[in-house]
This record gives sequence, C-alpha cells and structure tokens, in this order.
Amino acid sequence: MAVLELANISKHFGAIQAVNDVSLALHAGEVVGLMGDNGAGKSTLVKMIAGNFRPSHGTMRMNGAELVLHRPVEARQHGIEIVYQDLALCDNLTAAANVFLGRELRRGVGPLRVLDYKAMYRRAGEIFKELKSETRPRDLVKQMSGGQRQAVAIARTMLSEAKIVLMDEPTAAISVRQVAEVLNLIRHLRDSGIAVVLISHRMPDVFAVADRVIVMRRGRKVADKPIDASSPEEVTGLITGAIEQV
Amino acid sequence: MAITLDREIGQRQKTWVGSILSSQTFWVLIAVILACIFLSFATDTFATTRNFYNITRNFTFVAIIALGMTLVIITGGIDLSVGSVLCLCSMVLAVVMNAGYGLEVGVAVAIGTALLIGAFNGVLIAYLDFPPFVVTLGMLSIARSLAMVVSNNSVVFQFGPDHDLLLSIGGGAWFFGIANPVIFMIVLALLTGFVLRWTRFGRYVFAIGGNEQAARLTGVPVNGIKVTVYMVSALAAGVAGIIQTGWLGAVTTNIGAGMELQVIAAAVIGGANLAGGVGTASGALIGAALIEVIRNSLGLLGISAFWQGTFIGGATVLAVLFDRIRNLRQSE
Repeated sequence: MAVLELANISKHFGAIQAVNDVSLALHAGEVVGLMGDNGAGKSTLVKMIAGNFRPSHGTMRMNGAELVLHRPVEARQHGIEIVYQDLALCDNLTAAANVFLGRELRRGVGPLRVLDYKAMYRRAGEIFKELKSETRPRDLVKQMSGGQRQAVAIARTMLSEAKIVLMDEPTAAISVRQVAEVLNLIRHLRDSGIAVVLISHRMPDVFAVADRVIVMRRGRKVADKPIDASSPEEVTGLITGAIEQV
Repeated sequence: MAITLDREIGQRQKTWVGSILSSQTFWVLIAVILACIFLSFATDTFATTRNFYNITRNFTFVAIIALGMTLVIITGGIDLSVGSVLCLCSMVLAVVMNAGYGLEVGVAVAIGTALLIGAFNGVLIAYLDFPPFVVTLGMLSIARSLAMVVSNNSVVFQFGPDHDLLLSIGGGAWFFGIANPVIFMIVLALLTGFVLRWTRFGRYVFAIGGNEQAARLTGVPVNGIKVTVYMVSALAAGVAGIIQTGWLGAVTTNIGAGMELQVIAAAVIGGANLAGGVGTASGALIGAALIEVIRNSLGLLGISAFWQGTFIGGATVLAVLFDRIRNLRQSE
C-alpha cells in the first residue's frame, strides 16, 4: 500500500491554476525525483503535502486514511518532514540546537524544566554518525560547509519516525564533493524505509539516486515512470514541452 | 573509519578557555579591570568605599534596563522607548503613592503600565510587522508625554504613607552594605542569564535573531516570543524606574531622557549584536560598568565633562571594532 496517495489534487490562487488534477502515490523506501521548470507547480504540490497550502480540489490519503492538513505542524505530526531549500538553519546556534529547534529536549519537572544539553548533544551525535557525516553537534552552523549544513537539516527529519521526507533542491548550491555526500544521505533515508521526494533541477542527481521520476509542466503531471525506463533526454523533452506526455 | 568519525563527531570546536578568550565580553571586562587598577593608582579618590558605592549605584539603572534591551537586541529588534517608559512608570508610581495609596498599589500600577506598553510595542512589531525602530520611537514620545499628563508636568517628592519604605528600597543597603539597587541588578542579571541559557524561551530568542524564517518553519511561536521580549524590556525599564524613584526621592518628567542610547551602548559594548542572534546578560552588566567607569574617571582625573560623550562613543566603536577584526580573520 502506498504511504501517501494524492487523488486529483488541484490548487488555484485566484485565476492562476498552479496545480491541475495531479494524482500520484509514494511508497516506503522509494526515492521519487520531482522535476519541472520554474512555475511548473512542483513547489505548490510539495507545499500542499507539507501542510502550507490546502488543496482546492482532490484528496490526500495516508496509509489509506484521509489526510487533511491545516498547518505544517500537523504534517510533522503525521511523519511528513521537509528539508527546505535554504535549509532553515540558524547560523548563530550549534548543530544540535538546530536539529532540535522547536522540539528541544528538557529535563526536570513541571515548570522547572531546563534544556537538556547533554541529551541533545548525544542524540545529535548519534544521528550524524548514522548519517556518516563528519558534523560536530557542538559546532556553530555558521562555520559549517554546505554538506554539513545539509546533514544538520536532514538530521532534523530523523528525530521522529518520519515516513515521508520532502527535499527542496538539496543539491542546488553546494560543491561536487558535497553533492555526493547529500546523495548518500538520501540513500540512507531510503534504506531506512522512508519515502523521499527529491525536488531538483539537476538531472544527474535525480538519475543517480531516484527510483522513479515524476515530471510536471504547467501544473499537470506529464510523466511518472521508473527511472530505468526513462532517460535524461526524455525528461528534458518533457520539462520543456518538446515531448507532450508519456 | 568508524573510529575517526566517532572522534570527529565527539570533538569540541573550542575549549572553554578558547571560547572565553574569543568573547568580546571578556575583553571589555579586562578593560574595566585595567581601568580600575589604573585609576586606583592615578587618583586618591577612586579606590574609596564612597566612590565604589557611587559607581555601583549609578550604573545599576542602565544595567537593569540593558538586561531587557539585550533580549530585544538578540531577537534582532531595538527598543528606543525605555528611557520614556522609565519616566512614565516612575511618575505613575509617584502619583499613585502621592494620592495616598500604599507601596504595593503603586508598584502594581507602575508594573502594569510597563507591561501594557511593552505588549503594545510587541503586538505592533510581531503581528502587524511594524519596524521596531518606528514603533518604539513613537512610544518614546508617547510615554514621556503621558508622564507629563499624569503629573501635570510637576515634580513629585511626597509619596504618601509608604514614603520612607520607598526611599529605603531605592536608597538603602539592606544586605552587607551593598546598595539595594545593586542587589536588584545582580538578581535580575542571574535570572536573565539563566533564562537565556537554560530555557526553551531563551533558545527561541536566539533562534529568532539568527533566522526568523527558519524559526517559524520549525514551529517556534515567533510572534508570542517577540511580544514577550518587548514586555520584558519595558518591565526592566519600569523596575529600574521604581528603584530609581526610591533612590532619588523625587520624580521629574525629564528623568531617563536620552537613557535609551546609553542602554543600547552598554548592551553593544557588552557584546550584543544589533543584527541579532548574539548577546549575554553578563555583557549587559559589564558594558554598563565600562560606561560608568569612564564617566566616573573623567571626573576624578579632572577632565572636562564635555569629553564624556567622546569617550563613551569611542568605547562603543572600539568594542565592536575588535569583534569586526575577529570576524574578518575568521572568514579568511
């Protein structure tokens, strides 16, 4: 059964039809590359899954049960985690503080509860180790490389039992070596049974890591097929409109 | 591989000695201590009990307000209204007590006034997205004007039945000969330091200053926290006003005029970054202390008071200059 199923989802802002009648399914342990030109509706689609927008039409089902999200927090409670394009990190805080931002661990009783630094450093360290990333929990994010920053953002999604991780352009602005690092992080998420949606403009990254590719053009889904059955040339054609639909 | 990864992750970026040496607050503290040592030798009057008593008492009011200001500055905001809020709260306290009410009533009304003003500032800034500079600049004008309205621009020096109690709170020294305002300052500083380091609220204050958008996306209640910091800032000004009223024994409508600039200078000298995200409670105290030591020493050394502004302004720029140099070196 699909972890998440979208049926005939549409979203319009006034007269603008951003997403038009899109249906798709995400499965556990699968990386889906979501591709399309600027304004194709990728971000809008992802923002509906993340609880930022509500669909104008259509339904979402999670493990068979209908899913209605009013706020991003609710998506998180359902195990949907997002890695934002700009990573949403606070440079002035440590890696551990960023990982736990909004869900700090505390100790003590009642109103006398204080931040549990030790537990947060330890848990963050464990996650970084699991991700095989050389990221130190006590370091300030300010001083980190692009790959380490990605690790911090991804580590956030591993705090809870995430079922779906949405990644918005995770490889857009980092060096080649760091891209490899991030792709490994994505494989790691997949291997632990998470459904990953990778939004990217970078064809090589999608073909390196995705199991399936979905292409959107002008709000519509124009392709949804296993990556082995497609090719960069075909996807490029689909994105630009040279190929109408497959 | 596993061992090196473990070691890498477990490593600390800096030792605690290293992090102290790289903090602006530490170097300002050194400057304060060096200045004190120099003045003890250069003058006969500096290292006397009486002068220390004066210094400590003088800088506490700026320091107490700077604690609240530091929270605001860490979130990336600014509160220009603190001087006027101090004046309004003092005046409200004075007028209420002068009308025959007890100290409790006067303090409650004054604190209530401060919280109301802070909430007003905070709601406009957080929910209606006003620039903090504009809102608090407006409040600077409003609060002082209201102080004139409630007192009919008169001087109040009669505080009703609890007159002596009020004067003793501000002017007395109940514990070990330490002036009461200093005790208030130390307690409030410890409280602020604790909140910043050990509570979720404190963590969120830093997060908002670091990246407000990120804080929002990760579920931090940004608006609520912002309103709270402006309320704390106004509260600090109100508390300082109450203590200062007791210390001065009289309230006029021009007390606290221009104080906001001193307070901001103290916070910045102590290491708070006006761009947000950085600041400490101890820094606020040490910054305020440096300003007072400079003021005091100029008098004792027989330098004209006209030079005060130059020295305090110079200290502000110099303190931040060291920080800039360190950042430049780091980014290379």
